[in-house]
Amino acid sequence: MSDEQPPIEEVLATLAPAPAPLSTGRSVRPGDRIFAVLSGGASLTLLLIIALIAAFLLYRSIPAVRADTTNFLTTSAWFPDSTPSTFGIAALAWGTLLSSLIALVLAVPVAVGTALFIAHFAPRRLAQPLAYLVDLLAAVPSVIYGLWGLFFLVPQMVGLQTWLADHLGWFPLFSVGSGSTFKQTMLNAGVVLAVMILPIISAVTREVFLQVPRDHVEAAQALGATRWEVIRLAVLPFGRPGIISASMLGLGRALGETVAIALVLSTNYVISWKILEPGGNTFAANIALQYGYAADLGTNALIASGLVLFVITLVVNIVARGVIARRREFAGAAG
Amino acid sequence: MSILKTPVPGASTLSGTSTLSGARLRRGTLALVAVGAIAVTGLLETFTPVSGWAGSVLMAAAVYLVGQTVISFLVEGRRHALDRLVTTAVYAAFALAMLPLGAVLFKVVQRGGGLINGTFLTHSLRNIGPTDTGGGVYHGIVGTLEQAALASLISIPLAMLTAIYLVEYGRGWFARLVTFFVDVMTGVPSIVAGLFIFTVWVLMLGLNRSGFAATLALTILMIPIVVRSTEEMLKLVPDSLREASYALGVPKWRTILKVVVPTAVPGIVTGIMLGVARVMGETAPLLLLNGFTSSINFDPFSGPQAALPLIVWDQAGRPNPQSITRAWGSALVLIVMVLLLNLGARALARLSRTR
Repeated sequence: MSDEQPPIEEVLATLAPAPAPLSTGRSVRPGDRIFAVLSGGASLTLLLIIALIAAFLLYRSIPAVRADTTNFLTTSAWFPDSTPSTFGIAALAWGTLLSSLIALVLAVPVAVGTALFIAHFAPRRLAQPLAYLVDLLAAVPSVIYGLWGLFFLVPQMVGLQTWLADHLGWFPLFSVGSGSTFKQTMLNAGVVLAVMILPIISAVTREVFLQVPRDHVEAAQALGATRWEVIRLAVLPFGRPGIISASMLGLGRALGETVAIALVLSTNYVISWKILEPGGNTFAANIALQYGYAADLGTNALIASGLVLFVITLVVNIVARGVIARRREFAGAAG
Repeated sequence: MSILKTPVPGASTLSGTSTLSGARLRRGTLALVAVGAIAVTGLLETFTPVSGWAGSVLMAAAVYLVGQTVISFLVEGRRHALDRLVTTAVYAAFALAMLPLGAVLFKVVQRGGGLINGTFLTHSLRNIGPTDTGGGVYHGIVGTLEQAALASLISIPLAMLTAIYLVEYGRGWFARLVTFFVDVMTGVPSIVAGLFIFTVWVLMLGLNRSGFAATLALTILMIPIVVRSTEEMLKLVPDSLREASYALGVPKWRTILKVVVPTAVPGIVTGIMLGVARVMGETAPLLLLNGFTSSINFDPFSGPQAALPLIVWDQAGRPNPQSITRAWGSALVLIVMVLLLNLGARALARLSRTR
């Protein structure tokens, strides 16, 4: 061994091979290339699936809409297999939107309240288990909500609906014709939907509420704000885009819900404001209930209605994302 | 009124607290308001046709809310009254949200619990008439487990690779497009996924309905769930870990496989389990794709295969009480499977956090 130390460059060279050039991207290792291609390919597959869904549904829809002797968009009746073929999505679209709106109106306040409770009111140690409980609500399969709605909720709701019809019957929404049974009504369907979308709205909202910067909360507290004032000044302004996006997610889920509606609602093809009367229908429930009886044209007609549902949920999603993106910029500029 | 605490003039000489915090309600006041609310509700019920315990509870809650707000407003002022109002409303919202969970679980156990025995779990409904008792849901358990397993087998690799792409590689317009369409996919209604597979599988390819056809639809539903949760978990891995690995000369792909993914794996597994639990209960696509059978079929690739949600749907739609009881029984089996997966996922998440 010599006393002289070798130059530092030599020591480094023995420790590690020459470092790859940092950002030229020329000497990419094969493993890296394979992995990048794999993961990029998986992403591409997802895009392909979405594109294929749209393409195939459209491909089967066109002959159905061609064969339709009435206006596909404004007709309420659904007789695709009769001659002449008459069917349209007006009643389905109406029922889908109405039931989803009822669900949103009922679920959003409760969900935001629940999220506030877990994020800011519940004792710290209990917050996580309580959040699990709310998530369990989302885990219950929709067919079980349908079963529960049909055999438990529907009879329970007769009293409340009778009361609403008696006292608020002057309001068009709550008016009923004579002899409504108050059983398988649009309101019941909306309540079941509300239960189903509540956990999603609540979970997303809660996540946003938990991300509120501590500085904002503590600043408000330092000014002597009560808990509500902290929420109004710090939490809600920060969480508003979250609430909106969460509601949109819930709306998307409600629009496409199938079996619960098909079980709870007694379906017909009528456009009506009267949510305390049995009847109404939705895209998804109609597909589930009719496909078994549908012949060729009927099947294509159902696919056409499915395409419309797909497009509607797509639009809801896009609008939601647009709102969130804009709000985020705004919040960023303000914060 | 004696129950309301008004500022005592002498108190401020000892300490500043009472003058600084202003007047507050005494401890027992709210309990008294609650008692009062129940009494008023009892009175009101004799005059108005409020029926059922649900109506009474709602009414008592409303009366309590009004009473509390008024008293708090008189004693503590507007800000504290509002604060109390919101606090009570928020607690009530949570209670209201828990109500359906409790009601569903209770009802399913109550109506379906009596049916669960060895026979129910190990026999099918083959040759069981609508009004017969007996038989079981073994064919559904087999189908649900196989379909969920197959769907996981297809969707987990695809979803994880996509998530890795989004977090580790994705830059620019393509990544934004993928993120966007993962969101869109999350919003695809299950019946639409079912219709799509139905169109391709049955109408275009002319293949028969089978468990595997349903699996394909479930895959479409499961992928976005797993992508989302995996993506979130990968984002949580600190960049310092990646940089430390790069600094040691480890290639990017090995860094991802050996450092990033293992760090995030408990969260990823939790997300996957939740995704599986989610698709297990899906019913709408199965309606279109499974075909119908009440016999046991172990082969998802040929012939109709049952599934638990399908049995619930089928039995619930029949008019006779024996079938409806069977619907509750199968609902109980399904809900236990789903909840076990959920609780398992949570336990795993918790375990890995404490480690």
